[in-house]
Amino acid sequence: MQPFTTLTGVAAPLDIMNVDTDMIIPKQYLKTIKRTGLGTGLFAEMRFNEDGSENPDFVLNKPAYRKAEILVAGDNFGCGSSREHAPWALLDFGIRCVISTSFADIFYNNCFKNGILPIKVSQEDLDKLMEDARRGANATMTVDLQAQEIHGPDGGVIKFDMDEFRKHLLLNGLDDIGLTMEKAPAIDTYEAKAAKSRPWL
Amino acid sequence: MANPSAPRTLYDKIWDDHVVDTQPDGTCLLYIDRHLVHEVTSPQAFEGLRMTGRKVRAPEKTLAVVDHNVPTSDRSHGISDPEAATQVAALAENAREFGIEYFNELDKRQGVVHIIGPEQGFTLPGTTIVCGDSHTSTHGAFGALAHGIGTSEVEHVLATQTLIQSKAKNMRITVDGKLPAGVTAKDIILAIIGEIGTAGGTGHVMEYTGEAIRALSMEGRMTICNMSIEGGARAGLVAPDEKTYAYLMGRPKAPKGMAWDMAKAYWETLVTDEGAHFDREIRLDAANLPPIVTWGTSPEDVVSVAGTVPHAADGHTEQKKAAIARALDYMGLKGGEKMTDIKLDRVFIGSCTNGRIEDLRAVAKAVEGKKVASTVSAMIVPGSGLVKLQAEEEGLDKIFKAAGFDWREPGCSMCLAMNADKLAPGERCASTSNRNFEGRQGFKGRTHLVSPVMAAAAAIEGHFVDVRNWG
Repeated sequence: MQPFTTLTGVAAPLDIMNVDTDMIIPKQYLKTIKRTGLGTGLFAEMRFNEDGSENPDFVLNKPAYRKAEILVAGDNFGCGSSREHAPWALLDFGIRCVISTSFADIFYNNCFKNGILPIKVSQEDLDKLMEDARRGANATMTVDLQAQEIHGPDGGVIKFDMDEFRKHLLLNGLDDIGLTMEKAPAIDTYEAKAAKSRPWL
Repeated sequence: MANPSAPRTLYDKIWDDHVVDTQPDGTCLLYIDRHLVHEVTSPQAFEGLRMTGRKVRAPEKTLAVVDHNVPTSDRSHGISDPEAATQVAALAENAREFGIEYFNELDKRQGVVHIIGPEQGFTLPGTTIVCGDSHTSTHGAFGALAHGIGTSEVEHVLATQTLIQSKAKNMRITVDGKLPAGVTAKDIILAIIGEIGTAGGTGHVMEYTGEAIRALSMEGRMTICNMSIEGGARAGLVAPDEKTYAYLMGRPKAPKGMAWDMAKAYWETLVTDEGAHFDREIRLDAANLPPIVTWGTSPEDVVSVAGTVPHAADGHTEQKKAAIARALDYMGLKGGEKMTDIKLDRVFIGSCTNGRIEDLRAVAKAVEGKKVASTVSAMIVPGSGLVKLQAEEEGLDKIFKAAGFDWREPGCSMCLAMNADKLAPGERCASTSNRNFEGRQGFKGRTHLVSPVMAAAAAIEGHFVDVRNWG
């Protein structure tokens, strides 16, 4: 996994509440057996018309945002299905940071497994960032995970909270399966104990 | 565990019994007793194991089945969609290579993953259960801590039989009173989601209690827990009771003999202690609930069947006003329209929410001797091969076919429309499934979530009807 330290890029405004994972990556893209190549399906039903042509009104199709690396979105981003294809699609498109007031749990977890940073901010801060994002390609933001700060285009700084363990994994691009496997003795001990207390399992 | 003698919730108890390791920041390693695997969210996980040379730690604690992608037409001659066929073949091969039990598309035990877990007795009270599918919350009906995970976590569980977790908060939803005739478990959960919103349960595990929950069958409790995720909660829980034990006894993978007695003694301790702390409490009276229909594109967009479509101006915030306007436009509806005036093109009965035998019995009772409206195409997809067999033994299939319903093979089908079962652009559907998102049942398709009996009545009349005074 690619580490996430700092990111400076264009932020695209997606001012919609409850953006669900069916919107992020529609089901027809779930038939793959790979993690890569899903960027073409990102927001497909909003990004493309029925005939496959681009919908010029959708934010990521506008010239200023075609190379956006940050998404600023409405409440409850990523609700719905557990499909990790959603962060895979964001990553493949080039988006490595999503900022919202809240995220659905499973999507939030899935981001960290893929080097994507989901940031929760207050409604007031989101409104400010949404305004900044609307200013287009000249209004880049910088996200600094170590300092837990978002630097706006006008020099304003917004602090954000982050779980220490998740931050550590993301900063270092660590594989958490490898870390857990180092705890195999503890798992062995647990299994031996559970085999006695709940032998029917 | 902070204080072992303090009163604990059901969630606290299951959690405590599965903690393998706790880090100083509170992050825990949680043991996973049961892992369900399906074809869509697992190929990349198995590929990850192969690339790193890792094995499946406990293959006997994993059960694999195909459900999302399989056609619901006759599949004895193979699967014609090449991508679906590739995913199905990949699961078969992965199960063989890693030594995991697998129900293929022709196995009579095959079905929607959350229907077959309970059916096989794989789902047991007090266990931790995960699956790469958000509706894993279904299994909470048995007093199991069950939730959906992403594919990276599927790989983590396959390799280590554990999951890295932070403990959620406790939320209790008490549903008092008795349900009126024609009002079902589906209406209870839709009402709850309408009340708390789709992010209302975020960061919480919801425990459902109260007279109305106790009165529900296991099927009804599964419907409620299934849609906990639509309320933002990762997991829902109902404490096990005699109905739970009666459902499980004799199931192929449930404990037998002395093991059963020992298990049951443990299961009986799985109740929330008097005085245990809940971070949030919600209370509803079942007696006041109407049959519910969703009007919009989020499961929180609920209204009584006797009500009307809201106006954008009804939104309390600018964001909400914009969301209502967007949903009305997508759904092709106008504020103020009566729900019972909305005409349907399609009806879908099935899914992990409402594809069990009790659901099919309710539909059969409602449609016996009647005919599906000529303007409606209606399909019934049993939740599993065993549900299908049971329904056919009871003669329900004959009632469905005589009424003009299409009786299909088991699978997820038009709940998420990954196979050929999907809405055409603009088509309007009454669906017993769980999500009415934009495009969920097909590009530009319009979904209204309802109970099985409401879907059945809509199929017959061609528009929504209030089942409390119908039939």
